[in-house]
Amino acid sequence: MAYLDHAATTPMLPQALDAYMRTARALGNASSLHGSGRTARRTVEEARERIAEVLGAKPGEVIFTGSGTEADNLAVKGVHWERRTGARNRIVTTAIEHHAVADAVAWLGDHERADVTELPVDKLGRVDTAVLAGLLDEHAAEITVITCMWANNEVGTLQPIEAMAALAAPHGIPVHTDAIQAVGHVPVDFAASGAAALALSGHKLGGPTGTGALLLRRDVKAVPLLHGGGQEREIRSGTLDVPGIAALAEAVLHAARTQQTEAQRLAVLRDDLVARIREAVPDAIYNGDPELRLPGNAHFSFPGCEGDALLMLLDASGVECATGSACSAGIAQPSHVLLAMGAAPDDARSSLRFTLGWPTTKADVDALVAALPEAVRRAKTAGLT
Amino acid sequence: MSGGVDSAVAAARAVEAGHDVTGVHLALSKNPQTYRTGARGCCTIEDSRDARRAADVIGIPFYVWDMAERFHEDVVEDFYAEYANGRTPNPCLRCNEKIKFAAVLDRAVALGFDAVATGHYARKGEDGLLRRGVDPGKDQSYVLAVLTPAQLAHSLFPLGDTPKDLVRAEAEERGLAVARKPDSHDICFIADGDTSGFLKNRLGSKDGEIVDSATGEVLGSHDGSHQFTVGQRHGLGLKRPAADGRPRYVLSITPVDNRVEVGPREALRVDRIRTGRPVWLAAERTGDFDAQVQLRAHGEVYPAVVTADAHGLTAVLRKPAYGVAPGQALVVYDPDAEHGDAVLASGTIDTADAAAPVEAAGV
Repeated sequence: MAYLDHAATTPMLPQALDAYMRTARALGNASSLHGSGRTARRTVEEARERIAEVLGAKPGEVIFTGSGTEADNLAVKGVHWERRTGARNRIVTTAIEHHAVADAVAWLGDHERADVTELPVDKLGRVDTAVLAGLLDEHAAEITVITCMWANNEVGTLQPIEAMAALAAPHGIPVHTDAIQAVGHVPVDFAASGAAALALSGHKLGGPTGTGALLLRRDVKAVPLLHGGGQEREIRSGTLDVPGIAALAEAVLHAARTQQTEAQRLAVLRDDLVARIREAVPDAIYNGDPELRLPGNAHFSFPGCEGDALLMLLDASGVECATGSACSAGIAQPSHVLLAMGAAPDDARSSLRFTLGWPTTKADVDALVAALPEAVRRAKTAGLT
Repeated sequence: MSGGVDSAVAAARAVEAGHDVTGVHLALSKNPQTYRTGARGCCTIEDSRDARRAADVIGIPFYVWDMAERFHEDVVEDFYAEYANGRTPNPCLRCNEKIKFAAVLDRAVALGFDAVATGHYARKGEDGLLRRGVDPGKDQSYVLAVLTPAQLAHSLFPLGDTPKDLVRAEAEERGLAVARKPDSHDICFIADGDTSGFLKNRLGSKDGEIVDSATGEVLGSHDGSHQFTVGQRHGLGLKRPAADGRPRYVLSITPVDNRVEVGPREALRVDRIRTGRPVWLAAERTGDFDAQVQLRAHGEVYPAVVTADAHGLTAVLRKPAYGVAPGQALVVYDPDAEHGDAVLASGTIDTADAAAPVEAAGV
């Protein structure tokens, strides 16, 4: 079986799994005052320090959460709630955010009467900073928070976070970045980026599912989503998941340390995959920025084919990948990312995402290239329904 | 796989018969409701999860196919149009004709599959003919009687030889959680079962008269002729009883002037029915022949002499029928007690009338 859906989830790294098993056997609530509690607390704080160190943050800026989605919600809602006033009630987002951000922003708009401005992207899926600059000239005083992903989860395009943060800084507007697809895959330095908040997720980089973190600058306040025991700077209550946190730290550490060599390895594999797909299916459209993209991401539209049909046929051939984006009840809506990039709705429905990860080898690419032409031929016969 | 017990057992049986089976759930609404309410409908997200779970237990791959647009165009729009024309459509039949054994089958064949298997209670004989299922209460050959021989050739009905209660028992034995799930009734795209409200939403309200067919006397009013079906007795809202004290029925619906005519039951009596263009499931016949006809789903069966030409079927009934609604299907069966009555042909009913004037006293 060739698994080419590492952006959905990637297997746990052996060292993360070891750390999890080791820690899960130990007793102790990290908030308890006795010896077991102190041992658990030490594990958590060491994990916090390690994550902070490799991501250019201070330990006190690391807030552990139960998922990347939670980290995104906490940043967007928490910072918006904290900073909103009668005159300041506008959230600036982009047209290509993951649902974890997009739906949180939409909810604030629908249920909390927040004003929402969506920054457009170009044909390559990259946010236009000139639009943000213009917006800030006019409306800076109205803006509570600016949110933009570090790297797009569908087409892999990297976003100009540093430039956006630099534009926002003179106005004192915090910038949140959903870096869930980026951490461990491209260089991420929180302090250098200028972002006020950054979300990451464990299972996208070899850590456990059910773990995530928000890096939140010390001078940025956020209203909590969860109230309770006051853990994590009183911003995120809930008993700390000691083994999850230990494993997350192990994964972040490993991914960050090997990032450069692994990115080079994956980019070579990915470029090979792209070249061979273009050869096998000449009318395939390669989406996203050819240069400024995640090293393990390849995203194509196959004109005349339904993405769902291709996925099913490849699945039957033992090749696992993703269509544009999965939706509830399986109703495939054309990807909002591709539509924002100006793709025709039919092309947007014809897309597949192949994402490579740490276990990916040339054999996986070979399996895809072997199965794809027949799948495309059949899917084209079936056409678009 | 709808998420119900029948399609789940059908899938399991298809696997056991040696087929390479893939489970497909049809998404028929762009905005499916999250949960079922009661036994109505069949297209909620919960149903899709039930279907997925059944596929897991059976051990087959499972996908949701988005047929919402096609379904809306071919089934829901047709439903509105038929009611707007004073007819009473059968959307299950349209769905089989246009979606399950057309759009889905075409897509499946293009993608490399050989056939569509469904949980319908019908049999397909060695001779390739569509026959009634063994369970007379569940037989669904009527709603499948729109399939062409080519469509039938690519269809499997694994449940036709089994009564429903045994299918439920089998589901239980197979560990399928849907074994005790209630049957879905009514029309799947009208989640609350309020057909009248559903039609009113789209076709609007327009006041009209309810008229005595014999005297022309105005007996009452209504707010849209699409609310009625020929043969309907309840819900007429008539204040005064008939002079003879007997119930009155809808006899005809004329959308052009939004007029609904009512009268006594004997005025519903028909023994000659004409259809639109026929579909032949068996070898096409010409001239007159003896057969049985069925005029609605799970309805009574009438012996008849059927005449066929290219424009339609004409059935002269050997015993009268009452309340035949245009828009329903006339399905012609060749009786066969041993193998199950075989479907010969079908057509959508255009008109139904009494060949000879009927004496009221004769009823």
